[in-house]
Amino acid sequence: MCFLPDAEQRAFAQSLDTMLGKAGTPAVARDWSRGERTGGRALWARIAEAGVFALAVPQAHGGLGPRPVEVALAFVELGRHAVPGPLVETVAAAALLTGAGPAERFLADLASGGSMATLAVEGAYAVDGDAAALRLVLGADGLRLSPGHGPVRSSLDPARRLTRLLPGGQLLVPRPPVERALSWARLATAAQALGVGLALLERTVAYVGQRVQFGVPVGSFQAVKHRLADARIALEFARPLVLGAAVTMSAADVAAAKAAACEAAYTTARAALQLHGAIGYTAEYDLSLWLTKARALRTAWGSPDDCRAEVLRGRP
Amino acid sequence: MDLAHSPADEAFRAEARAWLHAHVPAAALPSLETAEGFAAHRAWEAELAADGWSVVNWPARFGGRDCGLMRWLLFEEEYYAAGAPGRVGQNGVSLLAPTLLEHGTEEQRARVLPAMARGEVVWAQAWSEPEAGSDLASLRARAVRADGGWRLSGSKTWSSRAAFADRAFGLFRSGPGTGRPHQGLTYVMFDLRAPGVTVRPVGRLDGKPAFAELFLDEVFVPDEDVIGEPGGGWRIAMSTAADERGLTLRSPGRFLAAADRLHALWRERGSPQATASRVADALIGARAYQLFTYATASRFLAGERLGAESSLNKVFWSELDIALHETALDVLGAEGEAVGTEWAQGYVFALAGPIYAGTNEIQRDIVAERLLGLPRGRRG
Repeated sequence: MCFLPDAEQRAFAQSLDTMLGKAGTPAVARDWSRGERTGGRALWARIAEAGVFALAVPQAHGGLGPRPVEVALAFVELGRHAVPGPLVETVAAAALLTGAGPAERFLADLASGGSMATLAVEGAYAVDGDAAALRLVLGADGLRLSPGHGPVRSSLDPARRLTRLLPGGQLLVPRPPVERALSWARLATAAQALGVGLALLERTVAYVGQRVQFGVPVGSFQAVKHRLADARIALEFARPLVLGAAVTMSAADVAAAKAAACEAAYTTARAALQLHGAIGYTAEYDLSLWLTKARALRTAWGSPDDCRAEVLRGRP
Repeated sequence: MDLAHSPADEAFRAEARAWLHAHVPAAALPSLETAEGFAAHRAWEAELAADGWSVVNWPARFGGRDCGLMRWLLFEEEYYAAGAPGRVGQNGVSLLAPTLLEHGTEEQRARVLPAMARGEVVWAQAWSEPEAGSDLASLRARAVRADGGWRLSGSKTWSSRAAFADRAFGLFRSGPGTGRPHQGLTYVMFDLRAPGVTVRPVGRLDGKPAFAELFLDEVFVPDEDVIGEPGGGWRIAMSTAADERGLTLRSPGRFLAAADRLHALWRERGSPQATASRVADALIGARAYQLFTYATASRFLAGERLGAESSLNKVFWSELDIALHETALDVLGAEGEAVGTEWAQGYVFALAGPIYAGTNEIQRDIVAERLLGLPRGRRG
């Protein structure tokens, strides 16, 4: 029995943190928002090299997985560093294609980082459809390979570029494992949101510690402290739900983790904006990269209420 | 990481479940905040103790099973899932006992703990005073040196269980403290029926005497009832407050069971959409608290010291408890107003959570200053 990540798992997360910390991710995210992808693709290759995508792909197809606990730990770090791109969608695509017969041919490229995937239910927005090599559409008749994408719309989070995928295209799998893929998408989103929340908290604590008003650091005021304490509490209690869900991978556990982590990240985002004041409300200040992502992830792959409904459905 | 318990732990859980299944009273006991209910709960403690289930994580020589923190958590899950009665001995078991195990003499342990385990002596806590609540170090009740012991004078208030309990424990000012309020305090155990003690029960919101005021007039306490060094009481009282107490004051079992009962109630009432999200949040919160506690226990057992983390716990469970019971009353609708039901009693009890054991405002200060590293500053 061990309710904590083991030493190897912690070392993996730590090494990813170190690598991403040196990668200048805020600049990469800003370029990505403008459709400039050189930096983003280079970063993607390094993340793949670290094994992140391989963790979602079975060993028979060039992967290391499926290892959802490691995927969750990795996505916390990806969120903490505001890494752009269809990260969640790529691991969800791997879950969708695993066991899919001839369509498994795409898995090796996902594992190695050779291709990005995006994924959407027919008619919904897909993230980064203009960047992904593999565009998957879930329709009434199964999973299709979309022939292309429509115009790009901006998201509340500029680093998430929204596209509708074109209908038609090759039918890859008539009855894909939608539930399994949804669980992977929700788990990765929950972990990413947790990381986003942790980054927002860390930056805000640093800011209120040095910003002086009325002759004292803003962080010495109780009203400020209590908002940040509440954010810390929400994030600390979301973390074991995320890791626990990665162990069980039950739809209800994953939904609980998604609801809790996204609510915690969003609560933290609201506190972060308030406590930064006007500087936090500007696009040029890096905090905006996490603020906007916390909002977007909250409804990605299931709103808090969708997830709560799943929790209730999952109980005997 | 994994979430599986060892086969031996699961066997322990099964044994506990079987015992509880055979022994838990079919009808709920009367409220332990009444004389009749207090007696019934005391008898239940004796029944638990007879088969070694009253204090499972204590050393066997004092009535426990030496079974460790994880099995205690499993036992508590089974205990509350079985709908077993609330624990009248909670104050002594979760506050005084860990202190005695760490700082008491072997004579004190042997004298106090087995009787506590059997419910023969039920303990009340006597921390707060009229001018010392969250600012506990400002307390003023005195202990003055006497022949062979100390004489206690002053008053204590909000003493939980004191209306019906036998003995109490608390801190008393025994010296000048060299200008620092945390110094010169002595940790004392005393008899609530000793000459000079007046107990005035105080009704809580529902009128039941869940606590009392204590007036102490030259109450004699022998040296053997002082815990640790006279004058060193603050350090002793606080050293057990953060660590294991952070885990044992409220185990997840109670919230898991309450969330399950709330969910069942909600289903029974036709799964009304208006309360669906809040029912789900109760289930999610209880699960989060369970997993958080297991993770914390794993760290504790691996030798890590836990400090300010217990403040995260305190805020989380106390707010979860209120939200859960508020939701139940809303699901019940107009019926929720009727007192005496399990949910109404639970609601009144839950309302105290953010107030006692250090208000949640103080806990948030601790989280902000000690975990987040924010500057100490104005409380206002």
